[in-house]
Amino acid sequence: MIEFKNVGLVYPNGTEGLKNINVKINDGEFVVIVGLSGAGKSTFIRSINRLVTPTSGTLLVDNEDILQYRGKKLRELRTKIGMIFQNYNLVKRSNVLKNVLAGRLGHTGTLRSIFGMYKKEDIALAYESLKRVNIADKIYNRADELSGGQQQRVSIARVLTQKPSYILADEPVASLDPPTSHQVMTYLKKINKEDNITTIVNLHFIDMAMEYADRIIGMRAGEIVFDGPASEVNEKTFEQIYGRTIREDDLRGEAEKVEQP
Amino acid sequence: MNTQTLPPKPKVSIWKKIKRALIVLIIIAIYVWTFVGIEIEWDRALERISRNFGVVIPKLLSPDWSQLGKVSASMLETIFIAFAGTFMAAILALPLGFLAAQNMSGSKFIAGIGKWILSAIRAFPNLILAILFVVAVGVNAFAGVLAIAIGSIGMLGKLYSEVVESIDMKIVEAMEATGANKIQILFYGYLPQIIPEFLSYAIYRFEIDIRASSILGLVGAGGIGTMILFAANNREWNEMGLILLAIIIVVTVIDFFSARIRRKIV
Amino acid sequence: MNNHDHRSAQVKTPSIYPTKTKAQITIIFFIVIGFYLYSMVKTQQEMVGGFNNAISNMWNVMLKFFPPNLEVIGAVWPPMATTIQMAIIATTIATILTIPLALLSAQNITTSKPLYYTTRTILNILRTIPDLVLAVIFVGLFGIGVLPGILALIVFSLGILAKLISETIEAVDMNPLEAMRASGANSIQMIAYGLVPQVLPQFTSFVLYVLELNIRASVVLGLVGAGGIGLILDQQLGFYNYPNAMTIILVIFVVVLTIEYISNKIREALI
Repeated sequence: MIEFKNVGLVYPNGTEGLKNINVKINDGEFVVIVGLSGAGKSTFIRSINRLVTPTSGTLLVDNEDILQYRGKKLRELRTKIGMIFQNYNLVKRSNVLKNVLAGRLGHTGTLRSIFGMYKKEDIALAYESLKRVNIADKIYNRADELSGGQQQRVSIARVLTQKPSYILADEPVASLDPPTSHQVMTYLKKINKEDNITTIVNLHFIDMAMEYADRIIGMRAGEIVFDGPASEVNEKTFEQIYGRTIREDDLRGEAEKVEQP
Repeated sequence: MNTQTLPPKPKVSIWKKIKRALIVLIIIAIYVWTFVGIEIEWDRALERISRNFGVVIPKLLSPDWSQLGKVSASMLETIFIAFAGTFMAAILALPLGFLAAQNMSGSKFIAGIGKWILSAIRAFPNLILAILFVVAVGVNAFAGVLAIAIGSIGMLGKLYSEVVESIDMKIVEAMEATGANKIQILFYGYLPQIIPEFLSYAIYRFEIDIRASSILGLVGAGGIGTMILFAANNREWNEMGLILLAIIIVVTVIDFFSARIRRKIV
Repeated sequence: MNNHDHRSAQVKTPSIYPTKTKAQITIIFFIVIGFYLYSMVKTQQEMVGGFNNAISNMWNVMLKFFPPNLEVIGAVWPPMATTIQMAIIATTIATILTIPLALLSAQNITTSKPLYYTTRTILNILRTIPDLVLAVIFVGLFGIGVLPGILALIVFSLGILAKLISETIEAVDMNPLEAMRASGANSIQMIAYGLVPQVLPQFTSFVLYVLELNIRASVVLGLVGAGGIGLILDQQLGFYNYPNAMTIILVIFVVVLTIEYISNKIREALI
């Protein structure tokens, strides 16, 4: 369980990233955070694995205040939180297997990892994860030989290999075309249901948010302005969150269902 | 995890394996050859350093300011050598640079010859050239100028030819279309494209030549190197400290201004 | 030299070109020429016989070097081998020492400003000192031999290599490193997994380039007593044995070109 209690974050240059956030995310939920760019979605998500550090309040993950964590404790926290990025963040010159095994780094000793001596179980786990996102045949290809959608699937496999309790996804489909976007979201949703991994996704496409989310949190200017089940949400709600009328580019658009995993 | 299947091993062709093994073997062979062949007299060196370290290093760090006048004059001569040498090279490299550029010389063969001459010149270390010129024109700074000039032609000529090869031919075509003659095309089509870069490279080469000309004196070709030689032979380490300081300051200052000027030009 | 003239022509503003700039360019042009002429006069001061004399003299001297005495090639090879060995050892050690230095002088890895600026400054100063000057100092410390030569080459190449590699590191894609940090990797793991694969090809290429530089440099180290082929070149010149000296120069020439060729081929294959 993740719980924000009066969390605020002021950047060194004085901008307020988060303002008095109070929210509780239950285990197994699929939460989508929506809002315009600059609304604080990314700051919110990155606070949970401490890629940014809130400056006030308490942030509980599994009932422990993670804002006090440093060093080893912080790395341990991060091993149980997987993260997916807009630009996939793979090492382009390394092959797919190596990229996926990188998800295991937090569980592997420094010396072992430098010499690439992973345990047999870890390699099997990496292979299994690749199979789950249907990309096991590319295992020895270099990451830069893959398409954007394939790279994002590799990055999902990397997160799976990490065996996390939580997955954070920061605009995972912003660089993809509509069919691939739906494919990636479908994988995320499937993993959420099958492994019961709490998943928090940042999106700015409202149609995708409505389609995949259990619960939607709306943010504007560092504050939570909406929080409710996806079933209660309609275009009106989004107009309130965005503070303007909905436009064409707020929608990802339908895609014929592709490659049902 | 319900399964324990390991991924299939990557397929590597037998040739690739042989190639890899061969590369490893060659590298090992080179290192064996190197470490077996080299003879370092550790005893003598260690004995020397234990005796010298406490003497030489403190002296290096406390420069002998009474030599400031002499060192400055000598450093100035170094700058003269570098400047005259670079200037000569910047001019002399022009014909070679054009010759080695394929779009100018028109034939692959001639350009190839030009490129070969330039790389042959580059293969001679500056100091070897200096030795030759000292034999030819005597122990003086002008031998240094010639060494710097010839040494710099190789690099400048190569860089020039690369600039020339990258000329935007569309502008030239446009001029031909307006009826401009050859000379006009040279002045208004080619030169504006290449002169800033030529200048920039020449100035960059001047940076290198300042460093190069500060050691020419070691073989009698003038500049502060002469003082380095004397200071080393007489073990005047305080003086050496000042010489070092002078080189560091002059090189740093010239690098700084040269970088600024180059940024302005290109 | 007056490049602004031509540039203005290119943008089709020939007549309204500011006269002030034109005057500036002219002044700079004359200063450069003037400084050149002054340098020429200054550097020829101690020369006996003047310029024309020098040219004819040069020709006569050059003739003395020919034909090279090829019989001594057998005797030339051992010191040449020593020279190459010195360069290989120096490059190897410099490569190892470069790794921490390059990381410390890369702004995206070393977030501590004072540490970054200190390493940068030290490397900048190292790069201003010519290799042979370093050799002179090390010979002063260790006495004549190959050791001071190797040390001079190490210090000299360290400055160049660390700078080139730190610039490569600064140009690296930091996103994968962020992903690894987010999954709980420590700094060493992030460097080994995220950074090393990205810089390795460039790194190898720069190491080969520095090996080339070191071979060139080690050729002349012997002139100041720091080992290698330069020593016997100096001796032969001292005995006025020009055909022998020419053979040595030719061997140097061939070795330098060969190594440059091989290293170029490897680098092309890498990138």
